[in-house]
Amino acid sequence: MALKIVKGSIDRMFDKNLQDLVRGIRNHKEDEAKYISTCIDEIKQELKQDNIAVKANAVCKLTYLQMLGYDVSWAAFNIVEVMSSSKFTYKRIGYLAASQCFHEGTDVIMLTTNQIRKDLSSPHQYDTGVALTGLSCFVTPDLARDLANDIMTLMSHTKPYIRKKAVLIMYKVFLKYPESLRPAFPRLKEKLEDPDPGVQSAAVNVICELARRNPKNYLSLAPLFFKLMTSSTNNWVLIKIIKLFGALTPLEPRLGKKLIEPLTNLIHSTSAMSLLYECVNTVIAVLISLSSGMPNHSASIQLCVQKLRILIEDSDQNLKYLGLLAMSKILKTHPKSVQSHKDLILQCLDDKDESIRLRALDLLYGMVSKKNLMEIVKKLMLHVDKAEGTTYRDELLTKIIDICSQSNYQYITNFEWYISILVELTRLEGTRHGHLIASQMLDVAIRVKAIRGFAVAQMATLLDNAHLLTGNTQRNGICEVLYAAAWICGEFSEHLEDPMQTLEAMLRPKVATLPGHIQAVYVQNAAKLFATVLRKHEGETDSHAAQETSQLLIDRLPLFVQSANLEVQERASCILQLVKYIQKLQQKKVEVAEEVTALFAGELNPVAPKAQKKVPVPEGLDLDAWINKPPSESESEDEKPKAVFAKEEPKHSRSRHTEVDEKELARRREARKREQANNPFYIKASPSSQKVYDAPGVEHIPVVQIDLSVPLKVPGMPMSDQYLKLEEERRQKEKAERKKEKKKKREKRGKERKADSGPESEEDIAPAHQVDIVTEEMPENALPSDDDDKDPNDPHKALDIDLDKYPTVHWFPVQKSSKHKKKKQKKEKEEKEKKKKKRHHHHHHHSNAGGEDSVQNGTVEEEEPLPPMSNYFLLAENSYIKMVYDIQGNHQDESKVVVSVIFENKSDSFLKSMEFNVLDSLNSKLQRPEGAGAHDSLTVPFQLPPGISNEAHFVFSVQSIVMPQKLKGTLTFIVKSDESSTHEKLDFKLHFTCTSYLITTPCYLYDAYAKLLESGDLKGSSLRLEGINMPFHHLLARICFHHHFSVVERIDSCASMYSRSIQGHHVCLLVKTSDQTVSIDAKCDEPSLLGNVLDEIKQTFSKC
Amino acid sequence: MIKAILIFNNHGKPRLIRFYQYFAEDMQQQIIRETFHLVSKRDDNVCNFLEGGSLIGGSDYKLIYRHYATLYFVFCVDSSESELGILDLIQVFVETLDKCFENVCELDLIFHMDKVHYILQEVVMGGMVLETNMNEIVAQVELQNRMEKSEVSDQ
Repeated sequence: MALKIVKGSIDRMFDKNLQDLVRGIRNHKEDEAKYISTCIDEIKQELKQDNIAVKANAVCKLTYLQMLGYDVSWAAFNIVEVMSSSKFTYKRIGYLAASQCFHEGTDVIMLTTNQIRKDLSSPHQYDTGVALTGLSCFVTPDLARDLANDIMTLMSHTKPYIRKKAVLIMYKVFLKYPESLRPAFPRLKEKLEDPDPGVQSAAVNVICELARRNPKNYLSLAPLFFKLMTSSTNNWVLIKIIKLFGALTPLEPRLGKKLIEPLTNLIHSTSAMSLLYECVNTVIAVLISLSSGMPNHSASIQLCVQKLRILIEDSDQNLKYLGLLAMSKILKTHPKSVQSHKDLILQCLDDKDESIRLRALDLLYGMVSKKNLMEIVKKLMLHVDKAEGTTYRDELLTKIIDICSQSNYQYITNFEWYISILVELTRLEGTRHGHLIASQMLDVAIRVKAIRGFAVAQMATLLDNAHLLTGNTQRNGICEVLYAAAWICGEFSEHLEDPMQTLEAMLRPKVATLPGHIQAVYVQNAAKLFATVLRKHEGETDSHAAQETSQLLIDRLPLFVQSANLEVQERASCILQLVKYIQKLQQKKVEVAEEVTALFAGELNPVAPKAQKKVPVPEGLDLDAWINKPPSESESEDEKPKAVFAKEEPKHSRSRHTEVDEKELARRREARKREQANNPFYIKASPSSQKVYDAPGVEHIPVVQIDLSVPLKVPGMPMSDQYLKLEEERRQKEKAERKKEKKKKREKRGKERKADSGPESEEDIAPAHQVDIVTEEMPENALPSDDDDKDPNDPHKALDIDLDKYPTVHWFPVQKSSKHKKKKQKKEKEEKEKKKKKRHHHHHHHSNAGGEDSVQNGTVEEEEPLPPMSNYFLLAENSYIKMVYDIQGNHQDESKVVVSVIFENKSDSFLKSMEFNVLDSLNSKLQRPEGAGAHDSLTVPFQLPPGISNEAHFVFSVQSIVMPQKLKGTLTFIVKSDESSTHEKLDFKLHFTCTSYLITTPCYLYDAYAKLLESGDLKGSSLRLEGINMPFHHLLARICFHHHFSVVERIDSCASMYSRSIQGHHVCLLVKTSDQTVSIDAKCDEPSLLGNVLDEIKQTFSKC
Repeated sequence: MIKAILIFNNHGKPRLIRFYQYFAEDMQQQIIRETFHLVSKRDDNVCNFLEGGSLIGGSDYKLIYRHYATLYFVFCVDSSESELGILDLIQVFVETLDKCFENVCELDLIFHMDKVHYILQEVVMGGMVLETNMNEIVAQVELQNRMEKSEVSDQ
């Protein structure tokens, strides 16, 4: 035996070890592959030996070769052998090799279960440690299931070294074997308070990973984490916890409120940049989750922005990068606070670091306004000129287009400028984004009718100078813009000054070198131009010009007829024949223009890209049903189809068609129109869907004279710059005029007012053109977005386990399936989101129910859709103005509600200087700016052009919320028409219902809901509604929508609902229905509030 | 979570690779090449974060790296990790190597890849950060080395 060992070690002396292998590879640079293959042969020999030391050495070398890209899975069994060595040295080598190359597909893994179990329970902590480390890399579902208990035991090991490893590996076990989460969770929670900081950190780590994917299940741990955050000094742990809070706050606004203070303290006190940065990030998340409407967190936002500015200004590029990254998060909700740092962000565009430049570009996207768009784009254009790398330049190009086209060209006030920018961009050589520019040109020209004349002129110039674009390289992506140019010139050829010249340009021989699809468009649009030219010359006695045109086409088109591209060839030969025919007619002096033009008559409307997909399937239409009876197999019926081929049949039906007289046709058309009008699924051009940008002061627009004979390159200043200058002048002028007006007003009033000469607000900037952006058509009741982007294969889905068990409480309807609940919650969320959207939408007309914007739901339930609902109630109305309002509370402040009022100008005059005032009561007061008297009115922050509506928000403070209340108020405003301006006023009564103090609060935790009901703190009350004739889900949706409840659980005709008041009163409802009777059992900790809410619910249903 | 840790030199030669998610060997090599390509073209005075390797990760993932003399240390992490925290962690790891190898240089990593792995195992386990305290890491590494030595002398 002893001899054998000695012999083994002597053998080893001749073996290569890892160092020898590495040295050998380095010495065989020329024939590395060959050398390695001999080494692998040696290793194979070594693995055949019995000596474990030799085997371990071989496995160690294999691990190295694996790094170089060699597949070593063939040695998997030997690796297992080495793993099971009793010596730590070899065991470690084995586990390392296994962790590098084992995976779920490795079949020998199933042999390791017992060995690993043995190692886990080894008396030597490092054996256990090595096994845990290895297992963490190759754990499979089987291993996880079999070893979960052993690992759970290790979580309470005496050595902290083992405990922390066991805690960490549990996360991997959960992922592979989700069933283990529930039993292991209590112990994991315990480890959050482990005396050893390493174990604590591991537990925080695991829970953070779990909570990141399914945050709502871990809300109940928030207090514990809060305690840890205030007590821990380990920055790593603090960072993890703070990041976790960032994920939790969107679910629980109260948590956010609590966090602000300690986080702000940390921001002030910490010296660790990493911690500071994460604190800022989470404060931002908190502020995003709290409503942005409330003003009192502006200090925190300011602090964040300030700190981020310091980061961005730092010379450390990492901090600069992160600062910009976090800034973009603030931008989403508080754009104003970021916009003031525009200078800094523009500066970052000059940074030598591309990552930083890209971040800065992202920020710019959100920072543009009508006011600064031109200026920012000008800066970007400068960068485009300077940028050396094409990738960055292309990135700039796409950003410029993104920035300009965002939200339906919201920020563009001058489309001539935009077209010029696009034309300037075509000068970029070698860009990949020709098609992007082309599609923008098309989009703008089609949708902005006012710009067509200008666009056509520009495009004609482009076509004329096509040689500049196609230039030297054939594969130049930029020639795509010629596609757009040709189409625009053809389609809107009535705007062309000299269609003949453009036609000539489009038929140059050089065109034949363009890509086929572009040539095809050229040919087709040449025909359109031809029609225009013919019509132009029609009236003239001399038909010479028209005939010349025909001749031009007949001369040039054969070039395209020869094209190798089918599309080009087909179109060209078709049009050539047509022109030849026309020429014959021309020679006979027949007037043809009318008919040729008719070929291209009609206007193309833009259709939203998803429109088709969104058309809902009409009721009663079964797409899977056969339209014709499926061909039957029986012999007898086979004879019948033959009749179809009988000669009389088709003839007969044809003649019948031609017999239809005009009258009949008209009648049918009428009937069809009627049908279409009643058919919600028919896509029609509705004038209501067009966004109208009214332009007060259009008369001041300078008429831009651009010398179009100068192609593309204007010496000195690029064209778009001229617009920038003009725009500035225009705004100056407008501003001056406004000031004058104001002055006049002031004199007229003879009363001193606060001067309002601050920066112009967005609303004040009038577009330079009367622009009519045609919105893309959508089917009228298009289904809401269908984006379900959750990955069904996400392993974390299985870990979505509610760790607080539901107790069974009789008050609940029995739970049948959790599907229902999720659906409901989703629906609630949709509803809320819609509401939110609605609040941020300006310039939108809100009518009562039935309006375009009123919330439509019923998309989730399979039953019939819900009627549209709106929460906006009429406040007051006269012949000038109509006000509708909605009141919403917020968890953020228990004594405030926001009243949103939509003002709609019903008159033909301009409404301005609107002032809103109410008579405060002891209980409810309008919040006025600091320094204002208690009876001062608030200025509505916008003016209303005729027919326009806009929304303003007013904050009220309330003390007691248990009773409804009415406040009297007045709106004063000036009606300004051409000849006069008069003061008008309108009285109103604001009704604060108890419902308006309730906030839709989804009840995520059954546990909490059940406990609440069990606690006995709540007083009960009930309500019966008779003769309710609507589907149950409509009823629930109405309660949810009008009274701010959310459904906790619904089973058949029974549902429990929950809501919370701004002062934290819980309101629970159990709604049951049978026949036409609805009974509502309600509980609340404040009986008078409950009584009033029930009264209001009753009223809601008595109305319908 | 950390998805991968790669150490390679200025020429893209791998010195240590540690994937916490399975990739076949040829894919691993492609990832190394791509990562090297992304990282090596960056100046030393630009930021240490990179978005987007196409092969590993996705939009949620970032490459966080440090460049020391001839070596790049690259961590591929998702958004649950703090960027600056990981940068600190790389520093801790390198300082630990420096302590364990006494003035670490590329040659140490070339010839003792296994030892570097054992040190890394005390810092990161299964893609999660195990220990950030350098003294604790060094202590555990040394205890294990001592155990190995005692086993050798037993023989």
